Amino acid sequence: MKTVKVSIVTPDGPVYDAEVEMVSTKAKSGELGILPGHIPLVAPLEIAAVRLKNGGQTEYIAVNGGFLEVRPDVVTILAQSAEQAESIDLARAQAAKARAEKRLQDKQDNIDATRAELALQRAVNRIAIAEKKY
Amino acid sequence: MASLRDIKSRITSTKKTSQITKAMQMVSASKWSRAEGNAKAFVPYMEKIQEVVASIASGSKNSSHPMLVSRPVKKTGYLVITSDRGLAGAYNSSVLRHTLQTINSRHKSQDEYAIIAIGRVGRDFFVNRNMNVALEIVGLSDQPSFSDISDLAKSAVGLFSQGTYDELYMYYNHYVSAIQQDVTETKLLPLTDIQPSGKLTSYEFEPSAEEILEVLLPQYAESLIYGALLDGKASEHAARMTAMKNATDNAAELIDSLSLVYNRARQAAITQEITEIVGGAAALE
Repeated sequence: MKTVKVSIVTPDGPVYDAEVEMVSTKAKSGELGILPGHIPLVAPLEIAAVRLKNGGQTEYIAVNGGFLEVRPDVVTILAQSAEQAESIDLARAQAAKARAEKRLQDKQDNIDATRAELALQRAVNRIAIAEKKY
Repeated sequence: MASLRDIKSRITSTKKTSQITKAMQMVSASKWSRAEGNAKAFVPYMEKIQEVVASIASGSKNSSHPMLVSRPVKKTGYLVITSDRGLAGAYNSSVLRHTLQTINSRHKSQDEYAIIAIGRVGRDFFVNRNMNVALEIVGLSDQPSFSDISDLAKSAVGLFSQGTYDELYMYYNHYVSAIQQDVTETKLLPLTDIQPSGKLTSYEFEPSAEEILEVLLPQYAESLIYGALLDGKASEHAARMTAMKNATDNAAELIDSLSLVYNRARQAAITQEITEIVGGAAALE
């Protein structure tokens, strides 16, 4: 089967770099699946999982927003942070989730609420990936 | 002439100082190599984001995203990157001097500028001069990660979008080599000088170029700030390493010349004793 090179890059360095058969993820405009030979495309991403299918196996990577750039031979995901399923600290993610939920309940001013909302999304995303619930 | 004991104690204290500076030099050397590695790890991200920004921004020429458009300047933002601690030679003083001169020559009153200070030395410098420090962050680790700085970067970009200031400059030490760091001034916002870097790809945009710029440009500006910080950290450790190396070398020189004085004094004392003994013996005859 044909493959496409995927690299996931964050400001702290590359997170993932390999050949896969299919990339699927959730963009702002909806679910997006990329196969080799896709036309050049740029799309912003949601805080969600990036699923990389290769030889019947699927790898999950938690991506915190950012965007996806597709070229016929390479897919690049630029995000401010990204973690592979194995390297997620589940306890920390759960603590972050609890903290964000508490902040949302306290309901302070608007900026804090949006930030807590985002933090909650990130934590939920990480937990889901660590537990492979996708 | 100082007494033998005085010289001896000066030699000992200089030796102890040089042990400390030597240790600091080695600590900085290891931090420097890590900081340099971090700066290198950041390069692929920066190159990629620059490439995409350039091809989108130049592809949609008539885009009127607020971050791409220059507007009349009423207030200017200055982001200054310094270290938290001193003992780094001219690292902090040169960047602060440069910034202060620029601000004084460009602005007449406090209301025309706002300062964003990264690092304790810079923060204290501007606060002591009663200058308008809008945002500050101190106590960053030696190997800052993106999340350490993302809040500040977001607010810095946000202040521009809200119109608190109409342009934003960055001042930091650009890392050239272990012995050379140059004070650099970069215009961060508005992003007017995005140059297409050679090959341009014409992309499909999902959903639209405008909405992508909405996400992409703040992320780009934030990563420019992070890049400057990594660059600054590499410079800081290199500057501290060089400063401590110079201090250690100077201490060695001082110890050499003090030892010479010490030996001379000791010789003089011996000669004097012999002369006294010989003189005493001659007097007895």
